Parts: sequence; structure tokens; C-alpha cells
Amino acid sequence: MTTTPSAGRPRFAPGTFTPAPGSGRRGRMLLTHARVETSLTLRHGEQILLTLLIPLALLVGLSLLDILPTEGSLARVDWITPRILALAVMSSAFTGQAIALGFDRRYGVLKRLSATALPRWLLVAGRLAAALVVVALQVVVLGAVAALLGWAPSLSGAAYGVVLLVAGTLSFGALGVLLGGSLRPELVLALANLVWFVLLLAGGILLAPATLPGAAGDIVALLPSGALAEGLRAALTEGTVSWRPLAVLAAWGAVAAALATRTTRLT
Amino acid sequence: MGDAVEITGLVKRFGSVTAVDGLDLKMPRGGLLALLGPNGAGKTTTVEICEGFVRPDEGTVRVLGLDPRRDGTALRPRIGVMPQGGGAYPGVRAEEMLGLVAACAADPLDPAWLLDVLGLGGARRTPFKRLSGGQQQRLSLACALVGRPELVFLDEPTAGMDPQARRLVWDLLEALRADGVSVLLTTHLMEEAETLADDIVIVDRGRVIAQGSPSALTAEHADDAQLRFRARPGLDTELLSAALPEGYLVRESAPGAYRVAGIVDPQVVSTVTAWCAQQGVLAEELHVGKRDLEEVFLELTGRELRT
Ligand SMILES: Nc1ncnc2c1ncn2[C@@H]1O[C@H](COP(=O)(O)OP(=O)(O)OP(=O)(O)O)[C@@H](O)[C@H]1O
Ligand SMILES: [Mg+2]
Repeated sequence: MTTTPSAGRPRFAPGTFTPAPGSGRRGRMLLTHARVETSLTLRHGEQILLTLLIPLALLVGLSLLDILPTEGSLARVDWITPRILALAVMSSAFTGQAIALGFDRRYGVLKRLSATALPRWLLVAGRLAAALVVVALQVVVLGAVAALLGWAPSLSGAAYGVVLLVAGTLSFGALGVLLGGSLRPELVLALANLVWFVLLLAGGILLAPATLPGAAGDIVALLPSGALAEGLRAALTEGTVSWRPLAVLAAWGAVAAALATRTTRLT
Repeated sequence: MGDAVEITGLVKRFGSVTAVDGLDLKMPRGGLLALLGPNGAGKTTTVEICEGFVRPDEGTVRVLGLDPRRDGTALRPRIGVMPQGGGAYPGVRAEEMLGLVAACAADPLDPAWLLDVLGLGGARRTPFKRLSGGQQQRLSLACALVGRPELVFLDEPTAGMDPQARRLVWDLLEALRADGVSVLLTTHLMEEAETLADDIVIVDRGRVIAQGSPSALTAEHADDAQLRFRARPGLDTELLSAALPEGYLVRESAPGAYRVAGIVDPQVVSTVTAWCAQQGVLAEELHVGKRDLEEVFLELTGRELRT
């Protein structure tokens, strides 16, 4: 038996594989990783359902139908849009992220990537950067539909709204990595959806903390979902800049990130 | 320059299973070492310890002079890894995946060229999950090579590949070695190890049971030669054994491939051909020689299937 090809000459010019090892530039690694993660999310049907179609359906439905208790004289669309933006952040940065990460670990993606020069922190940073891009797209689409429904946000609170959206994405993203990085993917799938559902109904997103009985409202305002939804509502309806929701989100994010660095497994 | 890989007294347990049980191994730089062993022998575990993915329980491991766990950050840019299966997002396109791995390297090979070379030019935009098993393997190999590493770990690189792809990989391995890349591969193809490797290490139950160059290994265990021939499958090997003097072992190693082990003298050759003639079959590709690596491997690791 021979290993020389049929042509009788080597298939590869000498020097083709001469070692030239080294690490890629960080900016390029981050950009490429984030781009791949973003396109995978946007190509994934179930992710689109979760991150865009469900929030859209709720936005349209709850703006047109009088189902939820709103506050004072506020137009329904003005009251519901900030809450739907909070839902969009939770859906993509937390639920979608956790499920994707759980299965990526199963498929050996994390192992594959961590066998390259990609530093561990970049592995997470790329995913969070992708989550920010996805949230930006969600906000554009949901905001445009809300505008068609008559949404008139307070412009003075818009900049702070963006700050809250970024903080919410990073905080929920850290929680998503914490959940998706440590358990079996089937369990991650079940838990991420369960948490999403519970927080949607009882976590301050669809029902304002103020409308909940007794101490429940105070507790819900300390959840990342309640903090983000209320913070966005105050910023986008009243133009209020309150640091409390930002502090709550930062605290959840910091605790989740600290835990995740210990619990995250590559496989 | 030290060795590419140096392992001493390596032990790894998974619960009650001892996957690696006091393994020693040395691979010089620029060498091509083939790790052989039955399923579950501990090959993948050993390789993953070298890559820094698995923490050893005992022993020391040095890869390019570095500790794979402690010095992982310094080591990873210098090595290429092809895991045993998997290693890509199900939905990722072939070119995206390779591009991502290439972006992690300082001076990568051209990903488009590499895809073409590996016969994936037409599957550039195909999602990983829709590539065939052999195509997935080829993409995984491309990911291991694209960063121009000085050392590559290939866990069963040709598993599931068709003969053409296998030959291509063999050419690639030859080229890697010619260009000074160190290669540690695992394989179940004796032919692959025998033709390509400078050194072969056979492991069983987590221990090294034999090692050396292919020729040394086959010579060492070839006190007696063997006679090989092909004929129609299903000949009665008991009957042929009976026709030969005491002490000869006859078996059908694969359908239609027969081996007679023992001292092969002209008389034995004549007896075998005469017996075949009696059965009305022609003994083709009659060959007398020392045992090949497969025989040595089976001899060392036993013929029973591992459970
Ligand atoms: N993560 C794990 N948890 C528990 N047991 C494991 C784990 N990984 C490997 N093992 C066990 O360790 C032993 C060695 O496995 P390993 O994968 O190293 O074998 P191998 O030589 O690569 O086999 P193959 O030729 O089938 O790939 C096996 O008994 C296997 O069941
Ligand atoms: Mg294996």
C-alpha cells in the first residue's frame, strides 16, 4: 500500500503546514464570535418565536384589548410597551441564551472553541455581545410596531431606557449563562421556560409590582424582571431616572457572573 | 528542545472506572505517534488530558513543555485539536465554523482553500447538522489544522471516512510531518498506524502494553511467520487445521481472508494449496511473511470483544 497520491507527486507543496502558531487579535475574535452567535440566533425558528413573535403577539393583543390593569390615564400601548421590551430582553438574553448554551455544551461547541486561542472570558463576551445585537433588533421591531399602535414614549427618559436595556441584557445574560452552563440541556430547557413563564406572569412583567397584594410588590420589584419592567416603564412613560432598578439588575448580574465562573462546565 | 508530549504515571478515574491506569508516553517533536487500543482502553481520556480538558488524578503531563491545565492559555494557541465526534453548533455553516476557529489564530491557513482541499468546497454553506458523518469529520480536521499549530491531537481522524477521504487525510498527515508538525493520533485502523506512524503505542485498560516503531513491533512479536491467502468465504478452517501438522492455527480473519499461523515451510504451503484444490477453490493472493500489526494487536489485546 502506498500513501502517495495517484498523480505520483505530493498533493501539498512543502511548507504548506509549517507551524506559525499564535493567538488571533481579540477584537477580531470577539467580532467573529458575536457575528456567528447572532446569525445562529436569527436563523433559529424557535428562537425567533420566543424572542420576537410571542412579544409581538402580546404587544398587539394587550394594546388593543382591555385585559390588564393599567395605571391612571395612561394609554394602554404606553403602559404595555416598556413591559414587552423587558419581556423581549428576558426571552433572548436569559431563556434563549440558556437553552442555546445548554445544547452547545452537549454538542461539544464550547470544548471546540476553548481548544483554540479564544480566551474563556471571550467565550462569554461573544455570546453577550450577540445578545445585545439581538435585543437591539427586538427593540427596533417592537418599537416600530408599538409606534404604529400609537406608542408615544417620553423622550427625556429614552437614554436611560437604553441604559436599562443594556444592563438588563447583561444581567439576564449572566443568569442565562449560569443556568445554561451548569445543567443537562433537557433540564436547562425545562427550567429556562418555566422561569420565563413564572416571571412573565408573577415577576413584574405583565402585572405591575404596585398592583400586587402586600409585600409581594416589594419582592417582585427586587427581581430582575420586575426591576427592568418597572424601570423601563418609569423611564419611558414619566421620564423618571431612578437608580434603584439599575442597582437591582447590577446586583443580579454580578452574583450570577460570580457563580457562573465556578459552575460553568464545557461539556 | 524537549518532547512534544511527555506523560509519566498518568492515572484518571471516573467513579469506579479507572480509565487511565499508570500510563507513560513520550513523543518527540516532529514525530507522528499513533495511539492504538480496544474501545474503552483510555485513548480519548489520555488525549483530553493532554488538551487540558480533563484533570488527571495522578501523574504528570507536559505538552510542549507546558502543563496543559496550569499553562492552558499559553498552550492552546500552539495546538490543534480534533475531538472524537461533535464540536460544532448544529446550525452553523461549514465556512462560518472554520472562519471562527481561523479568527482565533494569528496567521491561519486560508479557510476557503482548506475547505476546498478537504472536499468541502460544495458544502461551504451547509449547516453542520446536514453534513454527512465523513464531511463533519473533515470539517473537524480542518478546524484542527487551520491555525497552523505545531502539535495536533487527532482523535480517530479517519473514522467514518470513505477510502478517498482517508487517503487524502493520509497525504495530509504526511505533509504535516514533512513540515515539522508533531502529530498524536488515535486510530482503530492498523494499516493507518503501520504506514504513517513513527511510533506506535498500544494501550489496554489504561496501560501501555506495547510500543515501538511499526517494524519493531511486528518483528518483536513475529517468532513465527504466517501464511495468508484469499478464497471464497466460509471454508472449513477446522478441516484445514486437521490437514496440517500439530500446532498450526487457522482462522478466517475477515470473510474470505485466511491466515495460517505457525512455522511456514514449503511443506505447509504445499499442504494448504493441495487442500484448497481438494475443496475445488483457488487460493489467491497467497502470501508468506511476518505477522502484520493487526495480528500483533489481536495477540496482545486478546480476540474477545470488550464488553
Ligand atoms: N466522562 C466520563 N465519565 C465516566 N466514564 C468515562 C468518561 N469518559 C470515559 N469514561 C470511561 O473511561 C474508559 C476509557 O474511555 P475512553 O473514551 O478514553 O476510551 P477510548 O480508548 O477512547 O475508546 P474508543 O476507542 O471507544 O474511543 C471507558 O471505560 C469509559 O467508559
Ligand atoms: Mg476514544
